[in-house]
Amino acid sequence: MTDTSRRDALKCLGVGAGTLFTLSGGVFSAFDMAEARIEEVGTPLFLQISDTHIGFNKDANPDVIGTLNGTIDAINALPQQPAFALHTGDVTHLSKAGEFDTASQLLSRLRVSELHVVPGEHDVTDGPGAEFFARFGKPSGNRGYYSFDAKGVHFIALVNVMNFKPNGLGALGEDQLNWLKGDLSGRSASQPIVVFAHMPLWTIYEPWGWGTGEGEEIASLLRRFGSVTVLNGHIHQIVQKVEGNILFHTARSTAYPQPPAGGAPGPGPLVVPPAQLPGMLGVTMAVADKTRRVALTDSTLA
Amino acid sequence: MKSRLFIFALLLSGGTAPASAAEVAVVIQNFDYSPMELNIAAGTTVVWKNLDGEPHTIASVDGRFRSPALDQNDSFRFTFASPGIYKYICSIHPKMKAVITVK
Repeated sequence: MTDTSRRDALKCLGVGAGTLFTLSGGVFSAFDMAEARIEEVGTPLFLQISDTHIGFNKDANPDVIGTLNGTIDAINALPQQPAFALHTGDVTHLSKAGEFDTASQLLSRLRVSELHVVPGEHDVTDGPGAEFFARFGKPSGNRGYYSFDAKGVHFIALVNVMNFKPNGLGALGEDQLNWLKGDLSGRSASQPIVVFAHMPLWTIYEPWGWGTGEGEEIASLLRRFGSVTVLNGHIHQIVQKVEGNILFHTARSTAYPQPPAGGAPGPGPLVVPPAQLPGMLGVTMAVADKTRRVALTDSTLA
Repeated sequence: MKSRLFIFALLLSGGTAPASAAEVAVVIQNFDYSPMELNIAAGTTVVWKNLDGEPHTIASVDGRFRSPALDQNDSFRFTFASPGIYKYICSIHPKMKAVITVK
């Protein structure tokens, strides 16, 4: 695909095929987004980008810089920009300084005022306190987990890739779980909550470690809130679950797809015909409607 | 240089794991270490090579050694000076587990 044709194809991002989820009376409902335009469904609140894997150069996508650039061009071309962006990890492929430099340079083109980043396991192969934290550790005092408020929504960034369970599931660890309890305690149940972390915070497929060991404990802390959105990456495909008022959602990668759970010997890069690749890469956009509900739309590069 | 070292390791080890070899090879393929259990003599150097398109690491569970992320065809070496049981995992895919017994 040439750069020109990729850009043309990307123009439909945000207004193309997707599924919009809205919370109505505590029940999420989905309807076809094909005819909806982003300005008609609400003010863009934030953008979720994930698994950019800068440094990856194998057959599944020899040009991860190109697909990230295409993604950023499409976002910047939206009629209304989101206020900020979340990156749910695996910024880089091998935690190398040069990969982080390239990624930072590319992501700085996003026309958003803030970028909030949680690490993926590919970002911290050099251990705690290294390259990732030198760049993105400031808001959290180098812990990686922190919270902030924006537009009436409470955002919680969690790190579940540095303290694995013996069965391979991600984990927060005791200190972070205690911090999370404290962060949520006393908070009004009517405040919308958005939680984001790299690995899924619920178990999607344990044999591949697609889950978080303390998932049930985390969900139990969130159940009393009226609107909770849990955003993850890691598995390079959309999987979602609704449990009461909690929507769990994983985003696509901008780099390469992965097989569905159990669909290959391991969760490695999935090689697809080049024409199919743009349809398997993309981002998630969140919009806030007048009643402060958070709705998600997924868009591909196709 | 890395690939030359790897061939050197293969020549010395003869593909199996003789206790007296100076270097022993462990291959990483399809999200597994091969061999997953290794018995070596103190002073032996183990050379891991990743053949997968996905990166892997070699991370001691008690923190005694840790490789950087190995891309496809990258190698990592570590010399086991002291007897003991050394369990390690891939820090990117912690379901991948193996153990080295040093006598």
